[in-house]
Amino acid sequence: MEQSWKRAKAIFATVLGPPLAWLLLFFLIPLAIVWVYSFGTNVGLTEIAFTGTFSNYARAIEPLYVGIFLKSVGVAGLTTLLCLVVGFPVALAITFAPDRLKAWLILLVMLPFWTNLLIRTYALIAVLRTEGYVNLSLGWLWTHASGLMTIVGLRPLTSFEPLELLYNNFAVVFGLVYVHLPFMVLPLYSALDRLDRSLLEASLDLGAGHVRTMLMVVVPLALPGIASGILITFIPALGAYLTPDLLGGPDSQMIANIIERQFKRANDWPFGAALSFLLMYMTFIAIALQAMLAKRKTEAGS
Amino acid sequence: MTRKIDRSKRSLMAALGATGAAAIGLSFSGSLAGCSPKPAPKDTEVGEGNQLNFYNWDTYIGSNTLAEFKKDTGIEVTINLFATADELFAKFKAGNPGFDVIVPPNEFVTRMSQAGMLMALDHAKIPNIKNIDPSFLNPEFDPGRKFSMPYTWSVLGIGYRKSKVKAVPDSWKYLFESDEYKGRIAVLSESGDLMRLAARYRGHSVNNIPAEMIPALEAMLIKQKPFIKAFHDDNGQDLLLARDVDLVMEYNGDIAQIMSEDPDIDFVVPKEGSLANSDTLCIPAGAARPNNAHAFINYLLDAQVGAAITNQILYPTPNAAAKALMPESYRTNPVIFPSKDTMAKCEFSLFEGPEKARLFEESMTRIRAA
Repeated sequence: MEQSWKRAKAIFATVLGPPLAWLLLFFLIPLAIVWVYSFGTNVGLTEIAFTGTFSNYARAIEPLYVGIFLKSVGVAGLTTLLCLVVGFPVALAITFAPDRLKAWLILLVMLPFWTNLLIRTYALIAVLRTEGYVNLSLGWLWTHASGLMTIVGLRPLTSFEPLELLYNNFAVVFGLVYVHLPFMVLPLYSALDRLDRSLLEASLDLGAGHVRTMLMVVVPLALPGIASGILITFIPALGAYLTPDLLGGPDSQMIANIIERQFKRANDWPFGAALSFLLMYMTFIAIALQAMLAKRKTEAGS
Repeated sequence: MTRKIDRSKRSLMAALGATGAAAIGLSFSGSLAGCSPKPAPKDTEVGEGNQLNFYNWDTYIGSNTLAEFKKDTGIEVTINLFATADELFAKFKAGNPGFDVIVPPNEFVTRMSQAGMLMALDHAKIPNIKNIDPSFLNPEFDPGRKFSMPYTWSVLGIGYRKSKVKAVPDSWKYLFESDEYKGRIAVLSESGDLMRLAARYRGHSVNNIPAEMIPALEAMLIKQKPFIKAFHDDNGQDLLLARDVDLVMEYNGDIAQIMSEDPDIDFVVPKEGSLANSDTLCIPAGAARPNNAHAFINYLLDAQVGAAITNQILYPTPNAAAKALMPESYRTNPVIFPSKDTMAKCEFSLFEGPEKARLFEESMTRIRAA
């Protein structure tokens, strides 16, 4: 194989060239510009002078912004955990579903994913708002239950108070879980689907219960899938900006909202760039942690 | 015009080269202008063709205005939309991306002209300036109307649901320092507007707020935050209409639009006074078609055209001749045109430099993080 690639250098270059050029022109160079901005200073209203200053980073690690970073990590972490708790049974169910149904079930998971994020978020607003579908349904049930109680001679219920489902941190986490669930289900499914069923049968035959088999056999074997699911859910959730912006309440800002405001309202691109890069470093740390865990696991395995 | 060979490979490479130059910190205008289609010039205006690129807010022009303009002049207007003035500014920060007429609000007229982003207007090419109410001809944010022509104006106040309030909420107190309507109020998320109105509530002008005053305003808003349901992005009228909130800080024009849908809604300018706003027509620096742009601005200031637009968008118009053509229900609507006494207590916000904007923004971040 290697021999033939060495001989076909021209083909190799042709195949690799365009994507490399694309990556360089439209990803690495723009990224480098933003990186340079993060060491710059605003001059007047439009110019950014590259001064090599670290003041943007110094400002970004003030307690105010560190607090927002921590809150974002918390929200993204909670989102990931909920996605895992909800997504694992779903992935397991799809794995054990009849082959005929599998494709349809996966399609059901993917379908919302094909719809524009903005539309899905506005749909959630229509569901969760004070006079949204959830509150209207609950209100209907409440008044009918109340009517029923009067008929059987009980005191009617007090009037229905709509639940506060929108414009708070609950709505943000709910929205993020809804949006990121496919990211979790798909890697879990692909890990679980490859599982050797005979191991499960052996575990059950040898006297382990279903719960024990799940915890001691299925979960350890699916660990790589769980790890990559956690990673690709956590990273976009950490950088989420549309969901907290549209569903969040007065205190639901996440770090991406702050970054967006630096580039628009505050007109402070250098500071926005510094915050963006801190966010990116955090992403790298998450990836490195995952790689370290994976390495430790293979070492322990061998 | 070298751009005639737009689609040839050579110009593609040139465009890529320009992007590369922009990458090192120059402007993006060259490459982006290269992307916009540019037909060969016709005989009407020298070298400008029959094209015009217009950058406007959404739902902010009559549905037939552009078609009528084309019928009259042969100039085809391409419209693009922006959602916030900050978005408009950010787009122009790296150079004019190819627009000929833009609609910035008052504060941004000062900001953009200071940054050299606007072209001085030639009043001789805009004879319809005679239609404008004289009180709009020499505003503090653009003395002598050097860069901008007034398109609409508006004033911030409180939109409310009549059946849900005990009395007319005629004070900013209900939004800033009271738990009477807790969980049922929404205010603008725009840091400048919020701080300026908080200062106005405390008896200060909306302008020249001293930096020492900001912590007190911030503390007041942090104390009020638990009672605020949402900071909205100028969609307060939707929140009010959907009954998510009962009191909302919003512009009079936005509330006037939904009052026809829901008679339970009304609007009041608080007794402490308020912030007025005016969107304007400007030509950005680097516009490729200044003659067409002047012709278009002049057309929009025509009495008939202005009345047709106003009829649809229902914003207060600074165009006296257009207003005279409007039905009485519009001219005497107290929401669209608050009384003279009320308006005397309203001020335009002035741009006071990037440092002040940053102070407001950082304060807002602290309020939301608290």
